[in-house]
Amino acid sequence: MKILNLLVASLLLLVACNNASQEKRDSKSNTLKIKGSDTVLPLAQKSAENFMKTHQDISIAVVGGGSGTGITALMDGNTDIAMSSRELKGEEKLKLLEKQIAIEVKTIAVDALAVIVHPENKVENLTREQLEKIYIGEITNWKEVGGADLTIVVYSRENSSGTYEFFKEHVMDKKNYASTVLNMPATGAIVQSISQTKGAIGYIGIAYMTPEVKAIHVSYDQGKTFVAPSLETAKDKAYPISRPLYYIYDIKIAAKVGAFVDYCLSAEGQKMVEEVGYIPLNK
Amino acid sequence: MRLFIEHFIEWIIKGCGYISAFIVLLIVFFLFREGISFLNSSPLEEHYGLYVNIQNPITKLSDNQVKDIFDQKIVNWNQIGGHDDLIKRISVNELDDHFTKEQLGSNFEYLSVCVNRYIDTVPGAIAFFSERQLAISPNTKEITLEKISLGKFLTGLEWFPTAQPAAIMGTLPLLLGTLLVSFFAILFALPLGLAASIYLAEIADERVRKILKPIIELLSGIPSVVYGFFGLVVIVPFLQKVFNLPVGETALAGSILLAIMALPTIITVSEDAIRTCPRAMKEASLALGASHWQTIRKVILPYASSGITAAAILGIGRAIGETMAVLMVTGNAAVIPKSLIQPVRTIPATIAAELGEAPFGGLHFKALFALACILFIITLITNLLVERMSANRRTS
Repeated sequence: MKILNLLVASLLLLVACNNASQEKRDSKSNTLKIKGSDTVLPLAQKSAENFMKTHQDISIAVVGGGSGTGITALMDGNTDIAMSSRELKGEEKLKLLEKQIAIEVKTIAVDALAVIVHPENKVENLTREQLEKIYIGEITNWKEVGGADLTIVVYSRENSSGTYEFFKEHVMDKKNYASTVLNMPATGAIVQSISQTKGAIGYIGIAYMTPEVKAIHVSYDQGKTFVAPSLETAKDKAYPISRPLYYIYDIKIAAKVGAFVDYCLSAEGQKMVEEVGYIPLNK
Repeated sequence: MRLFIEHFIEWIIKGCGYISAFIVLLIVFFLFREGISFLNSSPLEEHYGLYVNIQNPITKLSDNQVKDIFDQKIVNWNQIGGHDDLIKRISVNELDDHFTKEQLGSNFEYLSVCVNRYIDTVPGAIAFFSERQLAISPNTKEITLEKISLGKFLTGLEWFPTAQPAAIMGTLPLLLGTLLVSFFAILFALPLGLAASIYLAEIADERVRKILKPIIELLSGIPSVVYGFFGLVVIVPFLQKVFNLPVGETALAGSILLAIMALPTIITVSEDAIRTCPRAMKEASLALGASHWQTIRKVILPYASSGITAAAILGIGRAIGETMAVLMVTGNAAVIPKSLIQPVRTIPATIAAELGEAPFGGLHFKALFALACILFIITLITNLLVERMSANRRTS
């Protein structure tokens, strides 16, 4: 009987403690949770660190996991801000409607995808259609696009990557990759492989460009104009394969997240965008 | 009192044994529950369907046909036995291509009406929607898709788990890739490892042994990502140059890397086995006039054979299950391997690469668990085979 009493007492104590900690968490409403795209992750982390230096009363937790994960978490109320490297899908818009959540989408930076080849490759220009055919496996030799007689070795990211989805959507007209495409686990591995393979082609974020690989000039108007990827061409939207990076949040908590988002959009925040390797927004 | 403590300790030890066995069973149960629940499900995500005009004679499509339709390889229904109508695809993520914002309404309230009208008026339309988004009109019918069966899962030639709208999950290329890479890894590692362990145990003098053994054991302490990067920077370009290949990320690169990674295990375990050979047996052999070599071949190796097979199992286990290093050097193209100097994709690498963003509990997630089940069965079979072999040898 004594033991039972003891058990009950300790249980009660536990519940009480739990309640207390719950209250404590609720009262500290200035904790921000940010979740989503791994592409945005380094930028958000850096911004959060610097933001917390000047705003000691606010603590920010940043987690990756992919754009889709972030948006789902936002719908379920598990995060305050969702990081995304793509626009909302029609399906996600419908779900938000269902749950009656009104959202605000803020562009915080721009990322350009560079299509890269081995530096000895003579090919300088490719159109979107040619890129599509290379990635779905219809063009397999460089001589078909004006290069040397050499097999094309196609590199891509793993199919779980947001960049993989982006490339499929915006360059390949939503078609599936050929099964002969080589999937690399990380951008660094793609750069490494392309720098040592003569017939290789691949795509990387512009922040990862090195002199060991060459960027292709891309055309989205059937070969009238070819544009090289650079900070300038991505900024003025002349370079076609660039994508905005977003913060998405519920309008209801705009007051709570506003300070941080404003900070990211300020001159100081945009300077960090450049430091991390992305392209700051046009003023 | 002492008796009580002894009983208590005995009880604890017994408990530990049961608990570990229970944990192993629990994991296996969890693995197979997830893996098996994947079979017999539709290749579409839950609640989703493909809808066509009621006058369309097609009622059944295979997953490959669906993929070809959405890849625009099949552009007319007459290519798959239907009427001569151009295929018009429509899905929730491409609404902007077909309707204006006004037509859909600001809150998508006219979505169902728009899509139904579209299917009614365009005979070649095929719509990919979820039941929640769309109220199906009587002029629309749903296309049935073949369910994922065990046979199809094991013998399918294509692996496209993220293909929209229907995922394609054929594991044959992954299975063959795994077997190819592991088989050659063990083929490279076993003779080398065996030779090294004989040298260390029987031939090398004590000083050399003291230097060599720690160095070899150091190999097993290196993280596999480092091996992978080493492979990518050194082995891959080397193979490319030697065989004059268009691409260096090949099954061969994976095998070589795995062989290096399996070496320390094989050497340590078989060396220990060789050293357990009783001194008396060796001396008896030498006293009968056998040379050192004959003693090693006829006495020591047969005596240590069960230990050596254990070393081989551990080596194979490492080779089959290794993920990161293989992920980095084999190129991961999911095609049926025809030669060793060609990119392949292995099962562990697939799981490692895709589990991160496969939506929890979804079809893709379960497919990866089914892959893990296959891997588990392969390892189980190898273990049983090798054990049977070593048992036979001992009795003969």
